[in-house]
Amino acid sequence: MRPSTRLALLFGWLGYALMPWYLPEGWDLAGYPFGRAGTALALATSGAAPWLWPIGIALLATTLLAVRAETSFSGRALVTAGLCGLVAFFAQGFAVTLPDQGIPWLAALLGGAGAAQPGMGFGALLTLFALLLLLCHGLAYRGFCRGDLFTTSTIGVVVLLIGHFIFLPVATILRSALVDADGNWALGEFAGRLFSSTIWGLGCVGGSIACGVAWNTLILGVLTGLITTLLGLACALLVLRTAMPGKRLMRAMTVLPIITPPFVIGLALILLFGRSGVVTGLMSEWFGIPRSRWIYGLPGVLLAQVLAFAPIAFLVLMGVVQGIAPSLEEAAQTLGARHWPTFRSVTWPLLRPGLANAFLLGFVESLADFGNPLVLGGNFEVLSTKIFFAVVGAAHNQGMAAVLAIVLLVFTLGAFWLQQSWLGGKSYTTVSGKGDAGIPAKLPTSVTVLSAAVIIPWVVLTAVIYAVILIGGFVKTMGRDHTPTLEHYRTGFAVDFSHGLFFEGAAWPSLFTTLKVAAISAPLTALIGLLTAYLLTRQRFVGRQLLEFTTMLSFAIPGTVLGVAYILAFNVPPVEITGTGLILVLAFVFRNMPVGIRSGIAGLAQIDKSLDEASTTLRARSFTTLRRVVLPLLKPALVAALIYSFVRSITSVSAVIFLVSAEYNLSTAYIVGRVEAGEFGLAIAYSSVLIVVMAAGIALIQFGVGERKLGRRPVALATSAAEPAR
Amino acid sequence: MPKSGPASVEFRHVSMRYGAVIAVENVSFTIRAGELVTLLGPSGCGKTTTLRMIAGLEIASEGQILIGGKDVTRLSAADRDVSMVFQSYALFPHMTVLENAAYGPTVKGLRKAQAEAMALEKLALVGLKGFEKRYPAELSGGQQQRVAVARALVLEPQVLLFDEPLSNLDAKLRRKVRQEIRELQQSLNLTVAYVTHDQEEALAVSDRIIVMSNAKIAQQGSPRELYEAPANSFVADFIGDANLVEVTIDAVEGGQAQVRLGPLHLTLPARGLTPGPAKAAIRPHGIVLGDGLAGTVRKSSYLGDHVEMIVSTPIGELFVISRQTNELPAEGAAISLSLAQQNIALVR
Repeated sequence: MRPSTRLALLFGWLGYALMPWYLPEGWDLAGYPFGRAGTALALATSGAAPWLWPIGIALLATTLLAVRAETSFSGRALVTAGLCGLVAFFAQGFAVTLPDQGIPWLAALLGGAGAAQPGMGFGALLTLFALLLLLCHGLAYRGFCRGDLFTTSTIGVVVLLIGHFIFLPVATILRSALVDADGNWALGEFAGRLFSSTIWGLGCVGGSIACGVAWNTLILGVLTGLITTLLGLACALLVLRTAMPGKRLMRAMTVLPIITPPFVIGLALILLFGRSGVVTGLMSEWFGIPRSRWIYGLPGVLLAQVLAFAPIAFLVLMGVVQGIAPSLEEAAQTLGARHWPTFRSVTWPLLRPGLANAFLLGFVESLADFGNPLVLGGNFEVLSTKIFFAVVGAAHNQGMAAVLAIVLLVFTLGAFWLQQSWLGGKSYTTVSGKGDAGIPAKLPTSVTVLSAAVIIPWVVLTAVIYAVILIGGFVKTMGRDHTPTLEHYRTGFAVDFSHGLFFEGAAWPSLFTTLKVAAISAPLTALIGLLTAYLLTRQRFVGRQLLEFTTMLSFAIPGTVLGVAYILAFNVPPVEITGTGLILVLAFVFRNMPVGIRSGIAGLAQIDKSLDEASTTLRARSFTTLRRVVLPLLKPALVAALIYSFVRSITSVSAVIFLVSAEYNLSTAYIVGRVEAGEFGLAIAYSSVLIVVMAAGIALIQFGVGERKLGRRPVALATSAAEPAR
Repeated sequence: MPKSGPASVEFRHVSMRYGAVIAVENVSFTIRAGELVTLLGPSGCGKTTTLRMIAGLEIASEGQILIGGKDVTRLSAADRDVSMVFQSYALFPHMTVLENAAYGPTVKGLRKAQAEAMALEKLALVGLKGFEKRYPAELSGGQQQRVAVARALVLEPQVLLFDEPLSNLDAKLRRKVRQEIRELQQSLNLTVAYVTHDQEEALAVSDRIIVMSNAKIAQQGSPRELYEAPANSFVADFIGDANLVEVTIDAVEGGQAQVRLGPLHLTLPARGLTPGPAKAAIRPHGIVLGDGLAGTVRKSSYLGDHVEMIVSTPIGELFVISRQTNELPAEGAAISLSLAQQNIALVR
């Protein structure tokens, strides 16, 4: 047996025999090694937890193997022992949980009929990890993945993580929608909930009552998708195809949605157009227009989402417009077409797939958005807010929440599927390696004028919104009393120096928690994302396509759905982490993982595969290759993954609003709470602090990771390796 | 560390499948220790896959691979004592020349000073002394190629592999570098497997050539054997140009065949063929102007030291290379050709 396998086995025994098996309550080690803080070995031998025996037997069997020389038998034996250990582990974990839950017949089989056990702790975690490694090492001994221990182990860990933290929670949602409170199948109830008029009602067509949430969500999504796409297109055409002034400013605007918490736009809109908003006040003073609550509802949510997501469409369409080879348009012109026919017959058809893509992106973003509908929705309910109120509201109907989550999941997966299957291979606008010396065609004047007419008000509105966000925290009450004050910042961020350093402001605890959780989860996200990307692009193994499919699915899971799934899945043993900081970290890691994977895949695509192979033929194993060759070249992707996951952890509200607790509150959840309590000043002050913090965080990460060095001459990566320098 | 010196490579009925696609089918051959063997063939014939199976970058679906008499079929690339020079060179762009060359010993866990000493020795061998601090992007194509060779040599592997190492160099440099590779192989007594699609390159550097076609070995042998006695029409056509014409064997006697080639009657080595229809490969420069076969010039072009012509004759269109450059035959002109017997081979 190889040394690394022996090490894995040692970890297994450490977890089984030395560390407390269960999650301790407040680090109380009373009674060790028995009782709540007991080790698995002690609990099993003392008869308190006989169902832990099989795990120990699997470890024992492996130990007997460890002393023998490596033969063809040891690989098979390791696989068997590891697999049996894992099966025994999960069987006892899911069979023996809270009293009267779990799987009774399996519990009885394992000798724990009627017994209960708390959630798994560090001992269990370490043992699980060790068993998984033993299984993966066994597979490597048998020649899987060219016999590379690191590769098989990484695949094992990634599969386990994705299975446990994406697949299991989503499966739990499906299950809890299908069963009643006692755990019996209740298909009738499910059908009743699924087709209820609160979801699908069409009351708004005929008259007074509101439509079902599903229709609301779809209408909002389609409108947001359409408007953001049109705005993005107008903006991209203006920036790339005209000599418009202020292009840099427009490009800078695309950064804004990344560092702006989603509901902040909604908040600013309230301060401008709410009943006591600045604009509303001016309108009623000057023109006598009565103050109204028009902003609360579809118009307000739509406006907020368009402002928030249009820059994303702009970014996508800028790439599409850039991708259209100017020579195509020049060809049309040499064949006798003038500006407008060229635009209509060549440019426009080439744009279409990109437009569809931008639309679907806006649609999915709108569906997943939770902050703006929560802040501005009023009586206009969408699926994401309805799910929230079903969980935390007075009704407290988990089954209903699960059904709503399924509907939302189906919508987003549908849009995602459409995007993948319909547009997957249909982009005509790939940039070829050949240089294209053509000059892009000029826009027809009518298109230019139309675009400018749409864009200028939008840019002005965005500027006003951000002015409100920055100024709002420094005045008493935006809209009513514009006396300058530091009162909001004092309430939130006061520091008392009289007895040493004391963070007295109300916002400090949540800000510290947020930063801590974001700082822990960002590197984890980048690590798991890049490793998964490496496996998906550089390794061949059985089930790679399934893994790829599962990770693709996780792109489409809305935060609200993930949040509900996490509380449903992780508030009972075997994994009982609701209310801890750990669940926040996990939620962030797996919510942001797609971002890490995406930037990893994009980065790896630029690195010629022969570099990996060259390293391998020079006797480097996968891990060494990854560390010495791939990772240094992946630095830009690493920076992107770190920044995105850090920033998204701070701005995210949909997933975590279910998961925060009094002890572990997060900034966004705190701000939403302040908005609901009407404390707009503090909310807006806190929001601008967050934006500043994120800008600082981004700068810090970029500084910390540094540039990759490729020699003094700036040469593109792919060409430097593949072509002789000229 | 004890060095084992050059080792032999043996393939026993090796196949490689990707799903339904067969890249290499039932291939067997031996490369003796200290020998330079070229895998030659058109693109897609399986030669690069064969090379990658020696390296361990692909694991064979079937069969056995032995290096130095030891079965390495299931061994990963990192466990085989084999180094490779890649077509793209695959130099690590973020490392200097010295770091690239010292990569092998470094990841093996040797001390930095020792690793660099080994790297410097091999860099000096390929004539790159003084370039240690440069990055690959700051070198010319030929220099990059030498770094790749030095890097592969540093671990003194049992077998050295070249995957089309000259394809990114210009024509003049190619001739020079291939001689350097051959000299290096002979002075260091290396076992080398060399992949190329350029038959001239293969003829110039190899002890033996393995010609591959459609995932199988078409023929293996010394350059002379392949050129003078091609086993089939594919090899005849691929190694040097050949005009393939239909012939009839009238009789075989004492290893010599009486062959009817249109109006001509020839006596050629039978090479195991029996009476009946067969094919003959005629080298373009074995056709000279003279008496015998009447023909009409279809196309002709002047190429400095020789003239290329396409001539239509009773036995088909023939590609002719003539050293007589003083007068260029006009298109449509009637000429007469004669065949040099040593430049005709009967093939299956």
